[in-house]
Amino acid sequence: MEELVYQQLNETVYKETLDNGLQVFLLSKPEMAKTFGIFTTNYGSIDQTFTPIGQDEQVTVPEGIAHFLEHKLFEKEDRDVFQDFTKLGASANAFTSFTKTAYLFSATSHIEKNVETLLDFVQDPYFSEESVEKEKGIIAQEIRMYDDQPDWRSFFGTIQSMYHQHPVKVDIAGTVDSIQEITKDDLYTCYETFYHPSNMTLFVAGNIDPDEMMTLIRDNQTAKEFPEAPVINRSYPDEPVEVSEKHQSITMPVTTAKAMVGVKENVKELTGKELLRAELLSEMILDFYFSRSGAFYEELYRNDLIDDSFSFETELDRQFGFTILGGDTRKPDEMTKRVKEMLHELKDASISEEDFTRMKRKKIGQFMRALNSLEFIANQFTHYDTLGGDLFDVLPVIESLTTKDADEYLKHWIKEEAISVFQVKPQDA
Amino acid sequence: MKVSEEKLYNKQGYRLHILPSNKYKTITIVAKLKSPLKREGITERALLPHVLQKATNNHPNIRSLQSAFENLYGTALSSDGSKKGENHVISFRMEVVNEAYLNDSEPILEEAFKLFHEVLFDPKTEGDGFDPEIVSREKQTLEQKITSIKDDKMSYANVRLMDNMCAGEAYSLHVHGYQDDLSSITPKTLHDYYQSMIQNDLLDVYVIGDIDEAQIEQMTDQYFSRSNSSNDDNDQVAEVKEVTESKEIVEREEVNQGKLHIGYRTYTKFGDDDYYALQIFNGIFGGFPSSKLFMNVREKHSLAYYAASRFESHKGLLLVFSGVDPKDYDQAKTIILEQMEAMKNGDFTEDQVNETKEQVINQLQETMDNANGLIEVLYHQMISGAEMPAGDLMENIRKVTKEDVVKMANKIKLDTIYFLTSLEGGE
Repeated sequence: MEELVYQQLNETVYKETLDNGLQVFLLSKPEMAKTFGIFTTNYGSIDQTFTPIGQDEQVTVPEGIAHFLEHKLFEKEDRDVFQDFTKLGASANAFTSFTKTAYLFSATSHIEKNVETLLDFVQDPYFSEESVEKEKGIIAQEIRMYDDQPDWRSFFGTIQSMYHQHPVKVDIAGTVDSIQEITKDDLYTCYETFYHPSNMTLFVAGNIDPDEMMTLIRDNQTAKEFPEAPVINRSYPDEPVEVSEKHQSITMPVTTAKAMVGVKENVKELTGKELLRAELLSEMILDFYFSRSGAFYEELYRNDLIDDSFSFETELDRQFGFTILGGDTRKPDEMTKRVKEMLHELKDASISEEDFTRMKRKKIGQFMRALNSLEFIANQFTHYDTLGGDLFDVLPVIESLTTKDADEYLKHWIKEEAISVFQVKPQDA
Repeated sequence: MKVSEEKLYNKQGYRLHILPSNKYKTITIVAKLKSPLKREGITERALLPHVLQKATNNHPNIRSLQSAFENLYGTALSSDGSKKGENHVISFRMEVVNEAYLNDSEPILEEAFKLFHEVLFDPKTEGDGFDPEIVSREKQTLEQKITSIKDDKMSYANVRLMDNMCAGEAYSLHVHGYQDDLSSITPKTLHDYYQSMIQNDLLDVYVIGDIDEAQIEQMTDQYFSRSNSSNDDNDQVAEVKEVTESKEIVEREEVNQGKLHIGYRTYTKFGDDDYYALQIFNGIFGGFPSSKLFMNVREKHSLAYYAASRFESHKGLLLVFSGVDPKDYDQAKTIILEQMEAMKNGDFTEDQVNETKEQVINQLQETMDNANGLIEVLYHQMISGAEMPAGDLMENIRKVTKEDVVKMANKIKLDTIYFLTSLEGGE
C-alpha cells in the first residue's frame, strides 16, 4: 500500500494496485460519521464500438447500453441489490456518464459489509430476457422525463450541434427506440469486456481505518477468479475539428427561451496533467470575463441578454472536450451573437497580474470548498486518475499558472469553425 | 453527537449559534431572517435577496462587490427565501476558506465578515430608496423566474398541487412572489420593506468550522448586532385543515410525461410525540428505493422512473410524486392508493420497520456531516421549540413500533390528487 501525502491540504491517500489489476484508493476521515464508496469502470456511453473480449471482429452495440447495464446490475436472480444496502442502513446509487459507469453507496454503519456488497454485486451480473424487457419501460420513462426538461435539451442539443459522428452526441440513456434492441447477450458482451478489475477503480473515503479496509478489499478480490486482463480495443470515428452545425434551434413549450454557445475543444494530444491544466485555465478565463465580476457578464446582464441562470463549464475528457456558455434569455439571437463576438475578442485580450491573482485565489477557494465533500474527492480523484492525472495537483498547478499562460491560451483558444449556437425557443415566438 | 456541542447565546438583536467542528476546510456562516408567511410582502421578500447581493454603499456595483469576494479566496455568499411551514425565512450563506490551509497571512475571515455585514446592513441606496437601476433589473429577473416556473414540469406540478390543496391557507403562497405586485414596487417601497424586515425579523446567526470561539463572538457582535430588535420568537403555527372530501384535478399541457402528484395531510408536526412514527411511515411508504412506491410503481409494473414520497414537517403534509406515461394514469394512481391502504392495514413486516429506522438514522447522520445540513436540522428544531440532542433524536426513532406506524398511517388523510398530462393523453 502506497501513501500519497498532500501536505498543504493535510490529506493522505492510500493507493494499491491489486493482482487482478483493480486500482484501490482510500482516504481516511475519522471525524466524519459517513463513509462513501464508489466503484467505477472506465466505460461510458461513448464506448459503443469495440472488439469483445475473446473475439476478433469489432461490434457496435445499441445506443444507451452502458446506462441500461448500470440499471440491470442492481437486479439479481432472487432480489434487488437496493434491498441489500437497505438492510445495512446504507443508501446506494449509480450513474453513467460519457466515459464512466459508477456504483456507489454512503453509510454511517456496517461499512465493511457495505464495501463487500458493493464489490460483490458489481462483480456478479445476472441478466435474463425477462428482466431486460421489464427495464425497457422504466428507462423509457427516464428518457421521457429528460425530453420534457428544457435545460437538458439545450445542453445536449449544443453537444449534438458540435459533433459530426462522435458518439458523445448520442444521449447517454439512448432513445426509446434504440433501447428496444438491447438483449441479454449484448449486456453480457459489454459487461465481460469492460468490467474486468483492470479497467476499474474503487475509492473509499470517510470513517475508515486504511489498513483494515485495504486488507478486506484485497481478501475479497483474491477470493474471486478473473480471466487475464484483456487489452480493450475500442474505436471511435474520426471527428473533424470544426463543428457539425453552426446554428441550430428547436421549439419547446417554454415561457423563456434558452440560448447556448458551444466551443468544441481539441483534446486529442493532451495527457492527464495537461487536461487538468487546460481545464483550470479555461475555467479561470471564463470566470474572469463571464462570472458576476466579469466585464462581459456585466454588459450582458445590464442589456437583459442573460439572467441569474447564466452559467458556463468546460469539460475535457478522453476523446472529446467542450465549453458551453448560456442560460435563459429573452433575446436568444442577440445573446448568442454578442457572446460569440465576445469569445472572438478574447484573441487580443490580456489579463493583468492583479486580476489574474484574484482569479487564482478564487479557484483555490472553490477547490478548498469542494474538498469538504467526500463525494467530490472520490469522484474527481477517480476521474483524473483514469486520465493519468492527480486531483490534488489542482493546487500546485493553479499556483504555477502565470498571466503569460493565460494570454497564450487566449490567443489560440477561439476559432470560428469550432463554435456552435443552440437555442430553445418558445413555440409561439 | 455533534449536535449537543452547539453553543447558543442570546445576543443584542440576534441569536448566535456556534458549532466548533474539525470536519471542514472552510468556515460556514449562515444568517436567517424569519417572519410569518403573509400575502402582503411576499414579493418584496422574494426580490430582496436578489437586490441585496448586487451592491453595497462601499462596493457600489456587482463587479466591485464580487471582486471583493473573489479576492477573499472566492468566498461565496448566496441568499434565498423559503417557506418553513407558514413562516418565511430568508437565508444568507457564506463559506470562507479556513486560513490554516492558505499560504497567505492576510486576515480572510474578518474581511469576509465585513462584507457579509455590508450586504445585509448597508446595501446600496440612492436618496431614500435602493439603487433604481438595480431594482428595475432585478424586478425583470424575478418576473422571468415567476413565469418560467412552468418550464420545470416537476416544480410546476408541485405548485399546482399546493394551489389546489391549500387554497386559502398561507402555505399555498408562492415563494417567488406574484407578477401583479411587481409594477407597484419602487426603490423606495422596497427599501421601506427592507428596513422593517431588518429590524423586526427574528435573526439567527450560525457559525460552523474549525474556529476560535472568542474571536468569532467578537466578530459577530461587531457585525450582526441590532440595537432595536428583539429575540422573541414570532413563529406562526400553521393552520390545520380537516379534509371533508378528497379532490381530483387533471390539467393539460404540452408534455411527454405526465406528472402525478398526490397530497395527504398528516396532522403531525416536528416536535409531536408521533413525529418519529411519521418518519418511519414515510420511509416504508415512499422515502427510499426499498419503499412500497418504488417497488410497486417502478420495479413491479415498470410504470415510472421515479415514484417517491416526502413530508413537510411544519405544515403537516405528505406528498407523493411520480412521472408516468399519460395513458398509465389510472393504473399508477390505483397502485399508489393501494400502497397507502396496505400501510393502513399494517401490510409490512417488523424487519422493514427496523431496516427503515437504520435508514432514517443513517440519513440524519449523513445530513449532520454537512455544514449546511447540520444548520438546517438545528434551525428546524429551534423554531419548532423542540430542541434535542442528536442522540435523543435517534433514540426516539429506535423506539418506534410497527403499531405506531400503522396508527400513523390511519391518521393520514388523502386531500388532493393532481395530474399534469399531455394535451391528448388519457386520464
